[in-house]
Amino acid sequence: MHIPDGYLSPQTYLPLMGVFVAVTAVAVKKVKLDFSARYIPYLGMAAAFSFIVMMFNLPIPGGTSGHAVGSAVIALLFGPWAAVVAVSVALIIQALVFGDGGITAIGANCFNMAIFMPFVAHYLFKLFSVNPKRKTKVFVAAFISGYFSLVLTAILTAVEFGIQPLIASDAEGKPLYCPYDLSVAIPVMAIEHLVLFGIVEGLITALIVRYFLKSDPGLIFALRIRKGMQHD
Amino acid sequence: MTKLQRQILYFLLGLCVLTPIGILLPMVFDAGDAWGEWSATTLNDLIGYVPSGLEKYSNIWNAPIPDYSMNEADPSVVHQSGYYIVSGVIGATLTYLVTLLISKLIVKNGD
Repeated sequence: MHIPDGYLSPQTYLPLMGVFVAVTAVAVKKVKLDFSARYIPYLGMAAAFSFIVMMFNLPIPGGTSGHAVGSAVIALLFGPWAAVVAVSVALIIQALVFGDGGITAIGANCFNMAIFMPFVAHYLFKLFSVNPKRKTKVFVAAFISGYFSLVLTAILTAVEFGIQPLIASDAEGKPLYCPYDLSVAIPVMAIEHLVLFGIVEGLITALIVRYFLKSDPGLIFALRIRKGMQHD
Repeated sequence: MTKLQRQILYFLLGLCVLTPIGILLPMVFDAGDAWGEWSATTLNDLIGYVPSGLEKYSNIWNAPIPDYSMNEADPSVVHQSGYYIVSGVIGATLTYLVTLLISKLIVKNGD
């Protein structure tokens, strides 16, 4: 899901870079006001976790590979705005140091995996308004939140890939950037994330939330806001 | 460091050691690159040409540790697994430190 350099036209990556910068500015303000200093070490570890999780490439046998992102569980534990900061750091380091994801596509990749995904996960989990005492329900809600946030992010990424032949082609009509259109990109990206990578994202989200529910339930942002206690 | 933080740290270290699964499993199951992440050369094999804009941008950045490997030409799977673990530790540590630094600079809520 890390779009490399050359796959997106400037008409796509420049606006997404702008959106990323603007949203990050809001995230910084929100984190400044709402985030408790004692959770800072956890947020650092969460960012590191996201970085490592994305290294676990899993195969669709005979096809392509892909991975979970970790954005969903970070959004549920620390809130979507803190997740924007943590996952953006991981993605920018992946691009700059390891060439995973393009430099020109940093805005797009951060928009997809560090903005869109944690907010989708956050709102999906909220839909269930689960009672923290109902551990099975928390587990199921966290799984669904992780699963669908990754699948929807994959589809968003597929749309960015798939619109390229429509907006940028040369005089002969050959695509200048990503050569695959929406009819190819969306089914491939949706199916591979529906059948495998989404399940992994769902499981890590649910298992980690369950672990924190046992060890430090007060830390979990998504269960705290339900009780009307924004921050302690 | 609290007990929970220490547990998370051990968990992350354990994950780092296991990262080579991320190169071994795709190899065993004959799975290629992630969809849409092909190099210009691989794309040429797939569709018979390299889109001109893609070619122009594809080498815009030379990452210091490309593809999480210190030596991409090394054919040894064991060595590549080692490079992958070291890359994971470097990347995760860097990500941890940068996130910590940014959070400390912006967070004002000290309770």
